[in-house]
Formats: sequence, C-alpha cells, structure tokens
Amino acid sequence: IEQGQRPFSDIRNTVGNVPMEWYQDYPHIGYNLDGKKIFKPIRNKDELDEFLDKMENPDYWRTVHDKTTASDIRLTDEQVDLVHRLQKGQFGDVNFNEYEPSVDFFTNEVMIHPVTNRPQDKRSFIPSLIEKEKVSKLVHAIKMGWIKPRKPKETTPQYYDLWAKEDPNAILGRHKMHVPAPKMRLPGHEESYNPPPEYLLTEEERLVWEQQDAEDRKLPFLPQKHSCLRAVPAFSRFIHERFERCLDLYLCPRQRKMRVNVNPEDLIPKLPKPKDLQPFPTTMSLVYRGHTSLVRSISASPTGQWLVSGSDDFTVRFWEVNTGRCMKTLEVGGAVKSVAWNPNPAVCLVAVCFESTVLLLNPSLGDRLVVSSTDQLITSYEPPEEDKEQAVTWALSEGPEHNKGHRLTLTHPKAVKQVVWHGKGDYLSSVMPDNSSNLQVLIHQVSKRRTQNPFRKSKGLVQCVSFHPLRPYFFVATQRYVRIYNLIKQELTKKLMTNCKWISSMAIHPGGDNLICGSYDCRLAWFDLDLSTKPYKMLRHHKKALRGVAFHRNYPLFASGADDGSVIVCHGMVYNDLLQNPLIVPVKVLKGHQITHDLGVLDVTFHPTQPWVFSSGADATIRLFT
Amino acid sequence: MGGLQKKKYERGSATNYITRNKARKKLQLSLADFRRLCILKGIYPHEPKHKKKVNKGSTAPRTFYLLKDIRFLLHEPIVRKFREYKVFVRKLRKAYGKAEWTGVERLRDNKPGYKLDHIIKERYPTFIDALRDIDDALSMCFLFSTFARTGKCHVQTITLCRRLTVEWMNYVVASRSLQKVFISIKGIYYQADVLGQLITWLVPYQFAHDHPTDVDYRVMATFTEMYTTLFGFINFRLYQTLNLVYPPKLDSKAESELKAEHEEDYAMDSESYLEKLSALSASLARVVATAEEEENQLDQFPADGEDIENMEAREKEQKEQEDQNRLFEGLKFFLNREVPRESLAFILRCFGAEVSWDKSLCIGGTYDVTDETITHQIVDRPDIDKQYINRYYIQPQWVFDSVNAKMCLPVEDYFLGVTLPPHLSPFVEEKDGDYVPPEKLKLMALQRGEKHVQEEEEEEDEDEDDDDDEEEDNDEEDEDLTEEKNLKKMEDQRSQGKTLAVKVTPGKVKPWETGSVGNKVRLEQEEKAEEKRLAIMMMKKKEKYLYDKIMFGKKRTTREANKLAAKRKAHEDTSKAEKKQKKAKKK
Repeated sequence: IEQGQRPFSDIRNTVGNVPMEWYQDYPHIGYNLDGKKIFKPIRNKDELDEFLDKMENPDYWRTVHDKTTASDIRLTDEQVDLVHRLQKGQFGDVNFNEYEPSVDFFTNEVMIHPVTNRPQDKRSFIPSLIEKEKVSKLVHAIKMGWIKPRKPKETTPQYYDLWAKEDPNAILGRHKMHVPAPKMRLPGHEESYNPPPEYLLTEEERLVWEQQDAEDRKLPFLPQKHSCLRAVPAFSRFIHERFERCLDLYLCPRQRKMRVNVNPEDLIPKLPKPKDLQPFPTTMSLVYRGHTSLVRSISASPTGQWLVSGSDDFTVRFWEVNTGRCMKTLEVGGAVKSVAWNPNPAVCLVAVCFESTVLLLNPSLGDRLVVSSTDQLITSYEPPEEDKEQAVTWALSEGPEHNKGHRLTLTHPKAVKQVVWHGKGDYLSSVMPDNSSNLQVLIHQVSKRRTQNPFRKSKGLVQCVSFHPLRPYFFVATQRYVRIYNLIKQELTKKLMTNCKWISSMAIHPGGDNLICGSYDCRLAWFDLDLSTKPYKMLRHHKKALRGVAFHRNYPLFASGADDGSVIVCHGMVYNDLLQNPLIVPVKVLKGHQITHDLGVLDVTFHPTQPWVFSSGADATIRLFT
Repeated sequence: MGGLQKKKYERGSATNYITRNKARKKLQLSLADFRRLCILKGIYPHEPKHKKKVNKGSTAPRTFYLLKDIRFLLHEPIVRKFREYKVFVRKLRKAYGKAEWTGVERLRDNKPGYKLDHIIKERYPTFIDALRDIDDALSMCFLFSTFARTGKCHVQTITLCRRLTVEWMNYVVASRSLQKVFISIKGIYYQADVLGQLITWLVPYQFAHDHPTDVDYRVMATFTEMYTTLFGFINFRLYQTLNLVYPPKLDSKAESELKAEHEEDYAMDSESYLEKLSALSASLARVVATAEEEENQLDQFPADGEDIENMEAREKEQKEQEDQNRLFEGLKFFLNREVPRESLAFILRCFGAEVSWDKSLCIGGTYDVTDETITHQIVDRPDIDKQYINRYYIQPQWVFDSVNAKMCLPVEDYFLGVTLPPHLSPFVEEKDGDYVPPEKLKLMALQRGEKHVQEEEEEEDEDEDDDDDEEEDNDEEDEDLTEEKNLKKMEDQRSQGKTLAVKVTPGKVKPWETGSVGNKVRLEQEEKAEEKRLAIMMMKKKEKYLYDKIMFGKKRTTREANKLAAKRKAHEDTSKAEKKQKKAKKK
C-alpha cells in the first residue's frame, strides 16, 4: 500500500515539510524511518568543490541536491525524461493518450423502449385553451389590421428638395449673432508636391523647425520636393488635421474682429510744409570750442552779439557769436550750474551761479557807455538806514576781483542751481533745491540789494523758476507741477498738471500765455494757459530725457535739447485770436553733439534777434545752428 | 434716495453668456450628448468682448456660450431622441444580461433613430447658405470614403460618403464647374465654382490610413453624420438644377455600351453601378432630354457709361470661362495604370476630354492603348517600352498645370523622364510687394501671349538679354521713385533674382548723380523724407502705434520676399555652377 500511495517518493527523512533551516545548528537534519538521526555530511561542499564537481563529474547536469537528506541524487534516465516532458508541457505519463476517442454516456440514438414506464398526461393530447385564446386574439388583430407585419427598415437616407420653399427671411434670432466659421486657409506654393526650390527649407531652417513647438511653427508641415507624382507618399497628419478642423468648428470660441484696413499714409497728419514755415535754423554753422568739461548753461546777450557759457571746468567763458572767438575766460570757484545774461540792454550784467554763490559779473563787452553805466548803477547803491536781516549776504567785489569783472557776490546758505532774470533786469531769482525747507527760491533786487523769500511753505523740490515776461507772475516748477504765483497779490493763481514724472526745464512764450515744460521722461508739454491746466499737447519727439527748452523771442519757434544729442526745433505759432489753438509743427531735427557719459545736449537758447539756436552739450562744445 | 441697490453681474454682458458646464446642466445632457448636439446644431462658444465682466470678475479661462443659443437648444426635438437612445441602450443591456434573445431582437428592430433634415433646414435657410458652407463637408466625406471598412466607423457611413462624393464629382463633371486644381503634399486640392460660390476641397491620396490613436473618431463621425445629410440634400438640389436624374443614372447609351463587357466581373449589380458611376467616363441621364450643349447668351441690355464697361468685362470673363471649360475638348487621353486614375479622369472629363484606361484597372474604360486616335498618354514612369509616334507621352502634372494656366501648356517640359518644372499653387494671388516666383512670371507672360524665350540654348546670350531687361526695369523704377529707398533696392534685388543674371554689369551713371538738376531732385527727395519723418513725430500715440504696426507688417513681408529671392538666386547660382562643371568635364 505504501508503495502504491507514494510510487515516486522514497521517504528517508520523516520531519515532513518543514524549513530545513531549523536544523542549521544541529549535526543532523532529521530522522529516518527507523527514528534514527540522519547526520549531515561531515564537510559541506564549498564553491570550489562545486566547481570541480561541475568540471569533472560527467553526470553533474543530472545531479540534484536533496535538501531533506543533504545528499546529491543522480537522476535516472526515466526521471530525466519525465522532466523533459513536463518542461514541454506534456503529460508525465508516457503511456497516457490524451486523444482518446470519446464515448457518449448516453447513446444519441432513440431507443425503442422508453426510459420510464409512466403514461403521458392527458393535457399533452388536447389543445391548450389559453393558447387558443391568445392565438385567436392575434388572428383577430391581424384580421382587423391592428397588427401589421414589420416593415423592413430603410437604411439608406432619403433625400429630397429641402429648399423647395426657401424663405430667405427665415433667419432665426440667433443668426444675428452668428459668426460663420472661417474657411480653411488655401495652400500656398510651399505646400506643392514639387515646389520652387526657394520654398524648400535649408538644413538650418529644418533643424529650427524640428526644434520648435508645434504651435510656434510658421508652417505646420515640412515642404518637400518629389520628382514625380508617383513618389508622393500619404500625408501622415491628414486625419489629424481634419480632426483639428472639426475641433475648431465646435470648440473654438468665435469673435468678430474688425480688421483695420487703412492706408498708413492716411494716418500721417497733414501738416504745413516746413518750407513754408521758414525761417528756422537748419544747419550747424559754428562750434565754440574751449571748455574742457560739460557746458551746463549758456545765455545770449540782449544785443545778440555775445554769448556766455558756464561749464563744469570751473570757468565762465564769453564768446563773440559771429566769429566764435572766446573773448574772456573767468575762473570761478566751482562748477558753474547756471548763467544768465541780464535781458535789459541798458545793463551789462551776467549772473553766474556755482556752489552756493551767485556772482554778478560785468563782462565789459560791448558798448562802453553801457558798461560804465552798469558799474555806476552798482556803485550808486546806498545802504538803507535800518539794516534788515537777509537770507543772503551781499558783498561788493573790489581789487583784483573787480578787475576780473566781479561786481556783486551773493552768498546763499545752500547750493544754488539756477539763476534767472526778470525781463526788466532789476530782479533776479535763484533756486536752491531742497525738499525739506521753505528756503528754496529767493528773489533778489539788484538795485536795492534786497532779498526776499516769497514762499512760506515748501511745495516740493523746486526744479526751475521763471518770471512772466510781461506781467508780475512767477512760475515755479516742482517735480510734477508748475505753479503760477501772482507776485503783487501774493497768491497762487494756477497749478498746471504736467503729466510728467520729473520736470527738467521750462520756458515761457514771450507772449506770456503759453508755456513749455521739458521732462526727464522724454516728453515736452505745451500748456496754453488760457485753455486749461492740462497740457494742450504732449510731444514725445525725443528718445531720451529732455534737458533744456527755449522759446524764441520774436519768431514763432521753440527748441528742445535732449540726452539723445539732438535739438528739435518746432514751429509753435500762437495766434492772437483766442479761438484758434496754437499750431505746433516740428520743423527740424538738428544733430551735432556727441553723446558723452550718456549726456547729450544740456542747454539750448535762441539768439535774441536772429532765428538761430545755440546748444551746449556734454561734449564740452557749444554749437550754433542757423 | 430709494431704489434697490444694483447688484453686480445681474445685467449686461454677464447675463448674455453661460459657461459650458452650466449650459450642460441646464440642458440635462451628458458631455458627449452636449457635444453631439452642439456639432449638429452648429452651436459654438463665443469670445465675449469683456471677458472679466462675463466671468463675474474672475480671470479663469472658461468657454462661454451665448445664453440665447442654449435656450434655443432647449426646444430641440433631437434632445428627446438622445434620451430615447440612452434608454434603448439600457434596455438592450438588460436584455443581454438576462439572455432574452427575442427581446434583444425586438429592441434591435425598434432602435430609435433620428433625422437631421429639420436641423439642416434651420441652419441653412437658403440653398446658397448651405452651398457656402460645404467645403468642410466635402473634405470630410472624401476622407471618410477612403477609409477601410474595418472598425473605425460604420460601413454604411463609408459607403454613403463614397456614394455622395461620386455624385458630387459627377455633378462637377456635368456642370463643368471645376476651376483650379493643385497637387499638394497633403492631397489634391480642387476648386469649383458652383452657382457662383467658390468651393474648395481636399482629397487625400489613395493610400491606406495609418489611424492615429489620439483622434476621437466619435467627433468626426458626428460631423460626418451631419455633413452627409447636408451633402445629400445639396446634391439633390444641384442635380435638379441641371435636370439630371437623382440618384444619378448613366446615360442609356453609355449604359448599354458598358453593360456588355464587364457584367460578369462584378458580383453585385448595385456595387458595379456605383463603380461605373465613379469611373466618370460616361455622361449622366437627364430628366428631360435636351440638346447636348445649350448656348446661353447673355441678354443685351441697353446701358450707358460704366455699365457698358462692366458688361463688357463680364462678357469677356464669361467667354474666358467658356474657353477654359473647353480646354481639353477634342483631345483623347489614355491613363497609364500608375497614375491616380480617379483624380485625372475627373479633371480631364471636367474640361471636355475623352479619357480611358486599362481594362484591368477599372470598369468603364472606353478604348484601348492601341487606339490610334489617342492624342495624349499620361505616364508617370521614367520610360515606357512601346511608344506610339502619333501621341504625346506626358507626366500627370501637365494636366494640373494646364488647368491652372487656363491653356494647354507646351508639352515639352512634361515629357517622360524630364525634370518637371515646379508645380505652383493656383490659390496664391500676389499683391505688390509679395514675392512672385519666376515660374509664375514666365507663366503670366505666356498667358499674355508673349513668345517664350528659348532657355536651354545659349545661356550666355540669354544672360545678356536678361541684363538689358533688368536695366530697363531699373530705369522704369527710377522714374517712379518712391520715398522708401530701401524697399526699392530690395525689389531690384528681386528682379535680379528672377532673371537668371549672375554677373556684374557695368554700372550706369544715374542721371541725378552727375548734374545739378539731379542734385535738386535728390534734395527734394530728402526734404520729402524729412517732412514725413517730422510728420510721423507729430502723430497721436494711438495712430502711431497703428502706423508702426502696419509698417512692421510691411517690412516683414518684404523681408520674407527678399529672403525667398535670395534663396532662389543662391539655388540658381549653384545649379549653374554644376552645369558648367559638367560641361567642362564633357570637353
């Protein structure tokens, strides 16, 4: 029986199916049938033994290690055969026939004898009443035409004249907003199977195309050239493209876009021709050289014969306009920030400011009489009885300084940035930009050597100031606003919003009703004071910050100099008729100054009588454009 | 005082739009059904003018539908059919689950279907509206008709698409309305002028499709469902306008001819009939037998002034059109087996040619290769063994180029084994400033009737000729000097490119450079340029922006044109150098 139960296993170890590790620490690995310990071999095989065995033993391949008895078993031929068969997925038994002919359990032939002897029921002989009822109902229904045989379904669609009665007005409400889908783009030459050679991509273009994202590509396909129609392959993205079109048709939001179809020439405003607006400066005629550092400020004498310039090289130079000769050079004790020639032709005085000093010079140029009368004017001063405390100390120059031309020295408490004369030539204003104090602007009277501080409160950092040419108004430009004060009534009359970030310069039309403001954000604002406190026109002609602006005294011209090294001269006609707005036409872009340290033109000023413009630049030159 | 506080987003554009999800909820449809409904009814999202307002202050990307559109969908009877279908599917699944096979059969028989006729009528109130929108339908049906009958969509759809496209092609042949054809790398483009509407469609090449996996065929199938309905009705109407029988029947004469030979090759009569129709070799039967060609003269109306000019122009146009329609009349073509039979037969028949092919290629060939009266044989292989003397052997591109040129082009460029001239797109209409390929210029000259300069012989001579031409060109251009000098220069370069000139010609002294008269001209010109510059400075910010944009676009087009011209020139240089080398080697 034992043999029958386990025909193939020969149990030598009785421990059963337990992990053999349990016996790791013992000398034996189980018990045999007799209950005796089975001992492990004395010496375990190591790798070397294994290898030698592998090399030398011809039966190594059919040797298996039996873990339960710790012995090697050599498989017999039959056993090897069995393993092969099992590996092939065959039955283990050689003699087993898997294709045995099947034998039916029951025969398929009907036997003459019944399986059971039970007689059939009566109901199997007589017709069913319920069935009869049902059938008769159906028959009746068919007779009455209630049930019809099923019609074969029409599979092909039927077409007819759908638009036989078409009504063009039958457009539904929703069609008002209907945006028809745009048609597919028609193919260009590059899509041809045999395009002209210029439409094919070069190697680099092809690489670029391949690296681009599908959305960025200009062409959605690579142009290709085929020598004949037969060689043209199928387009691999055909279905994709069709599908994308479908998606576009039902998913893509549509919007009606108005395309501007304008001729660009029509957009250019029609302006009067510059030729008709002559005279204006057109060419550079003279270059005044001599300064060694940037020329901050220039001013022309009221006769138009002389020009004064102040530079960062601590000098003030006087030039003859027509010849370009430097008549005089005066060393002053600091970088000159601003110079201003007295506009009164009967007085020969020049105001120069450097550091915290304003110097009044008599250059002794021009008419002797004027020069001497000016000196007389200054010496004829009689100090008043009661000495008032002033913000500025006035000092009369004497000795060698007097010989150099210095007349009066006004020592300010702070650095002075700008000096400007009143039109009559008696009053002088100086600017000491300082955000925190109210002592920013001072007005001096030369004849009485008096100084006043017109403002009680600081309204921001003062950039520049100016006197009204005719009426007693005073213009103060802070960073963003220009305030106009009435000097007699001592009140604020107007506040102009410039819409600029930082005003750099300001000039007032000789008529006094218009004002231009240059700003560091490249803009020039033209104000019509009668019109509004907002700029009448913003001109963005320059590419860089504006440094200086100027009006011509007689001609309808104004100029602006900027860091891009150009001076733009515009025709700015102001009409006496209040109904007509000023006409502003740019007439000339004057170039000449070199840009040094990102600075171009620093100051511009017009000749008092001729249509000439002077400009001083960071390249240490002054240029005259006529 | 008083009045209710106005709440935000309760009036104005916010109430005119609805997001997709809300629309779907409102219609109580699943996303798939909503999509199907949108496709069938032609509802699409709108881009609101003020997106933030419509989106109730949020800037999240959303698609918006017009609320009116969605309300309009609410009353659509087809929505009910969708629901019925859903119920049907549920019932069927249940019957399957219970293995009630009779029930399954019954349900199958009563499968709910729907018709799209009313939707078509509603979307396109007039026939012309429908015709205008048929481009996509045509392309889609042509694509579907090339699908294999395996799996991707219903076989009925494919056969229906095939039938409709064949009907369409037959109509185009019968009405002779084909205008332009273009072989692109995607497929073949056709453009026909049907009742005054230009209709363009694209037919893929006859290859098995490599079906992509990232394409939703259900969307395409829904579109096709709508398109086939639309297309069928349009075909019906078009056939009616020509007095043709719909569904199309072959002419009785042609039918009897065809019947004799090939009947036994085809198992099914219906199938062979479609094949015969698609062969496009026979004309169609008409409802009322009419004279073969009826000349419809334009009536003369008494008119004055401009009207006369208009009328003349129209008459001329019509005459040209008629001439084009008879382009291939009287010519007899034979198609070799390697050329795309259907497209060529279609084009040739559209322009009145007789065409035939090998018997084994397709049904409907009317004569054999051996026919002595054949004038052209279209071949697309480098060489052919047996050649007949009295016919031209040409490559298929000749047909396409001739159709586009509206004249029979000289066949020499299209002979067997000859390198073909480039195939240009007839759809490109160059504006001035655009790049015109030299082939097009040549073609235009040919159309104007100028003599074609013999290119191949004596290149040197030709070069000189061309140089002269170029100088003349320059002179002409100098006369109308534009202020944009650069542009002109570029154009000059381009004209150099078009003529095959490579060598440097002795420079001619421009008149205004020498004399004081010329100086004046230049001064004037400079003055003008400056004036313009100054005027541009005075432009308003908005206009300046627009102006800059336009000028940028212009510059870009010129840049592109120049690039193409330069490329062409470089190509010609290299090819010429190669030729010279070859010549030198031969010597």
